[in-house]
Amino acid sequence: MAFFKLLRKSPLTARVGLAMILLNAAAAILAPVIAPYSETEVVGDVWMPMSSEHLLGTDHIGRDLFTRLLYGARNTIAIAFVITMFSFAIGISCGFFAATLGGWIDLILSRLVDILMAIPVLIFALVVLAIVGNSIPKLVVVIALLDSTRVYRLSRAVAMDIEVMEYVEAARLRGEGTWWLMRHEILPNAMPPLVAEFGLRFCFVFLFIAALSFLGLGIQPPTADWGGMVRENSGAITFGIFTPLWPAAAIAFLTVGVNFIVDWFLHVASGLKD
Amino acid sequence: MTELLKIKNLHIEGFTDGKWIKIVHGIDLTLERGEILGLIGESGAGKSTIGLAAMGYTRLGCRISSGSIVFDGMELFESDEKTKKNIRGTRIAYVAQSAAASFNPAHRLIKQYSETPVQHGLMKFAEAEKNAVDIYSRLLLPDPEKIGYRYPHQVSGGQLQRAMVAMAMACRPDIIVFDEPTTALDVTTQIEVLAAIKNITRQFNTAAIYITHDLAVVAQLADRIMVLRYGNLVEENDARKILANPKKEYTRKLLSVRTLNEDKDLSASEKDVILKVEDVSASYTGTEMVLKNIDLKIRRGRTVALVGESGSGKSTLARVVTGLLPPLKGQVFYEGKQLPPALRSRDRESLRAMQMIYQMPDTALNPRQKVRKIIGRPLAFYFGMKGKERENRVLELLDMIELSSNYIERYPGELSGGEKQRICIARALAAKPNLIICDEVTSALDQLVAEEILKLMQELQNELGVSYLFITHDLATVKAISDEIVVMLKGRIVEQGIKKDVLAPPHHEYTELLLSSVPEMDPDWLDGVLEMRKRKGIKMEEFVQS
Repeated sequence: MAFFKLLRKSPLTARVGLAMILLNAAAAILAPVIAPYSETEVVGDVWMPMSSEHLLGTDHIGRDLFTRLLYGARNTIAIAFVITMFSFAIGISCGFFAATLGGWIDLILSRLVDILMAIPVLIFALVVLAIVGNSIPKLVVVIALLDSTRVYRLSRAVAMDIEVMEYVEAARLRGEGTWWLMRHEILPNAMPPLVAEFGLRFCFVFLFIAALSFLGLGIQPPTADWGGMVRENSGAITFGIFTPLWPAAAIAFLTVGVNFIVDWFLHVASGLKD
Repeated sequence: MTELLKIKNLHIEGFTDGKWIKIVHGIDLTLERGEILGLIGESGAGKSTIGLAAMGYTRLGCRISSGSIVFDGMELFESDEKTKKNIRGTRIAYVAQSAAASFNPAHRLIKQYSETPVQHGLMKFAEAEKNAVDIYSRLLLPDPEKIGYRYPHQVSGGQLQRAMVAMAMACRPDIIVFDEPTTALDVTTQIEVLAAIKNITRQFNTAAIYITHDLAVVAQLADRIMVLRYGNLVEENDARKILANPKKEYTRKLLSVRTLNEDKDLSASEKDVILKVEDVSASYTGTEMVLKNIDLKIRRGRTVALVGESGSGKSTLARVVTGLLPPLKGQVFYEGKQLPPALRSRDRESLRAMQMIYQMPDTALNPRQKVRKIIGRPLAFYFGMKGKERENRVLELLDMIELSSNYIERYPGELSGGEKQRICIARALAAKPNLIICDEVTSALDQLVAEEILKLMQELQNELGVSYLFITHDLATVKAISDEIVVMLKGRIVEQGIKKDVLAPPHHEYTELLLSSVPEMDPDWLDGVLEMRKRKGIKMEEFVQS
């Protein structure tokens, strides 16, 4: 209920962003219902133009692009969401532990993260995925771990600020354990920056998977995903055909939507009223 | 005499929650040349807002809705920014509460002094420098020739506040607005600043508006006093008349000296000692001792006041007792049993028996927890209470601190400062402690609110027999509620004993200084004290700056 109240006072951009995200979510969930064809079925010629039969035309081997776009939303968004959740779970718990316990635990975790962050993410991911092989679970774990280093840094910094507050000291004096301190005293107060970061990270992960797929190491064909679809159809550009621009536009669309929401949330959380 | 400043029917509004709300309701104010006007009231009375309005200025989110502000024949309300800019700093100056926050830490004092006169084209820099030395010496700053070349962090708080008064004086303004210039200072430092302000306003015949919540302070300086409440005038009269014969109930309340303590049986018995601190020395760095050989006893049902200035080690002692800072040397005993030095190795029972209440209730309560959880958690943690039983106990505790049961659903952000402090007390009481350590619990509160809190704590002590270790720098509080007094200076205890022994002469010389620095309602007090000190040759610096 509080959410709806907030929504009524929200700016236009937030409502637009929410609509954009809801549209994407609906497409992802209802893909099998809406899609006119199946995900991998070849239904026409290569790179057919838009028509009433094929709303957005066909791709490089004659599959319906609209259908692929719907299923792509499913795969890409779901995987990006799972990865972001994982990276936050790992990053926040490690960051909070480091901040509340301090000492050598903090030292070891922080140096480890520094080492991981010293290597460019895309190259590191390419190397690791090349070694361990390529499947969706492995992809999720690798990207989540790499991404959690960023979350770790933020949550540690935020928790450090909260940790010195007197209400945390009061809880310590009461004899509360580390877990309780993290869960009840620090986490609720760290939420605003972390949720904002969640929105941003989600977009980054999304683009990162798209980039990996584009390089051929992300989600493997024939599974549809937006990044992969841009790559597969990139040749069409030379013939002046729009096909690869549709999945690219879909990526941009969702990213913009999520960012609108994040901006709004930051605005609300920072207590700025207008 | 001519009227220098004349404010008529001033209305000021503030913008909150999407609408303009009146915060000052039609105030009239006149100020003559060389006159000092005291504005007094609690927070939210609108005194700072009125003080700033005298310069034709309002804080962000406020506006002057109607009225007139005539300064030396010029209308400031609705005049253009340029006119106002020319007047501000040169003809009307402002001295803020926290000098430490108002100085730029990256520039030397004298550069900041010269800024206004040079910018307004009144003096060349060299001239301003010479001028600064003159003002510094008039403000009784030590080494006036050189002190201007120091950075703000290289001088003490009281000196910095005087340097700020000097800055305000730079252009020889007609009016200075002092906004609580001594509130953040210790009593012994406050007296220096008061003397300096009194001195310089007399020498230059400067008019001043002096804003404060402390009647005793304003009594030393003001010729005339206006008492404000909720943006309305309560009472206005000559300083001497208002102190001798307050007309309104509210003024009388502000004036009334706190007398809360009833006589107790203070015969000392070893059996009653619940906390004993033995030969404790502690340090944060390992080399510089913050506490040196402290011995202290607290008896059941007693209030021990720990007095001293900032930096004397009072709060550090509390940290040692609670186990937050393990001492380098010495032990802490609770009911005859030695406590482990570190918090981590103490058992739950000894943690329960000692609770703490903090100075700033804003930071001592988790802003994301409701009152139910704040008070309920110690109940669940120490006594394993659940559900209905816990809920009932929380309501009982709310009743004890005189808050109604609907407060249980509130977040700390929805409470006033005094209510928050009450919640902190309830949280401490929930653990059924034998000793509560109170770290400056009233210093962030308004005078009347603070008094209610003290009264409540006194009642709870009578009812529950809990002991208090009361850390404070406010001697009025000490006089009001303590049974025993411990005076600390630079990490050592210089005097301790039962209240009437400590307060009655002969004193240790530091206790003497501390006691004589507490402003009294008598308008001649400041002159009297300074005169006496001159005669005796007591120098405050000996104690205050090491």
